Amino acid sequence: MLVKVFVTPREGILDPQGRATEGALRSLGFGGVNSVRVGRYIVLDIDAPTKAAAEEAAKKMCEQLLANPLIEDYRFEVEGA
Amino acid sequence: MKWGVVSFPGSLDDADALYALREVMGQDATRLWHKDERLMGAQCIILPGGFSYGDYLRCGAIARFSPIMKSIARFAADGGLVIGTCNGFQILCEARLLPGVLVRNRSLSFICDRVIVRVENARTPFTCATRAGDLLRLPIKHGEGRYVAPEDEIRQIEERGQVLLRYVDASGAETDEANPNGSMHAIAGIANERFNVFGLMPHPEHAVEKMLVGGDDGLKLFHSVIESVR
Repeated sequence: MLVKVFVTPREGILDPQGRATEGALRSLGFGGVNSVRVGRYIVLDIDAPTKAAAEEAAKKMCEQLLANPLIEDYRFEVEGA
Repeated sequence: MKWGVVSFPGSLDDADALYALREVMGQDATRLWHKDERLMGAQCIILPGGFSYGDYLRCGAIARFSPIMKSIARFAADGGLVIGTCNGFQILCEARLLPGVLVRNRSLSFICDRVIVRVENARTPFTCATRAGDLLRLPIKHGEGRYVAPEDEIRQIEERGQVLLRYVDASGAETDEANPNGSMHAIAGIANERFNVFGLMPHPEHAVEKMLVGGDDGLKLFHSVIESVR
């Protein structure tokens, strides 16, 4: 099963990468960019008997390693099965 | 006294820490391999700087799961002394042995410089050879050194005196320009609640010889530890 994990800097945490990207987009002339946040996209191929089991495993992986809950939010989508 | 310096794949400053301890201070220091679980009787463990596991995912996030980290967590829980410099600080935060986390510098640039830090709490095993208010000149070299933690946690850390070192200017004043990476409350080094685990972004192991550009202010932190176990 494919699990797509999106990790983004938590709201309220200064995201200098996002800010620099935002500035670059503005200087390229892209108007209307209100904010940019830069995160990570992780694709996992995992063995799991059911979608629920895959979700449970993914949640544990996010909490233990893939995201740091102090500074990052995560969400994921499970595909296949 | 006996020291253990951990080498992870990608550690850089393990050799300098060993040199500082053995050659400069005449200490009994052993290199500990990250896959080993034995701490070889060390009374203080050093997690050195570098780029353990290539800084993949987040700095320190993968090193935290090295076999030796389990032994170090137990050692710390029993009151053993642990110091993490730079990447070692990041590992200690990821391992939750210290509060908060270190993220990308405010400037997004890697910084290699000398900074001045003020000793905020001298009643700890890591600072007892200094006095509160002392200024230390130490080198830094990092891309992810901006200390952040939730506001309420920072407040508690401050109240308990867990901030041991703070970035200041040459006069000892806290200014925005003196804060190299944008750390919250200009935090350069913190201890845990029990004051037996210490993490700092500056490199005391690079500042142990007067003849060299870094000066020798780093010795004061190592001497504190030696005094505290005596």
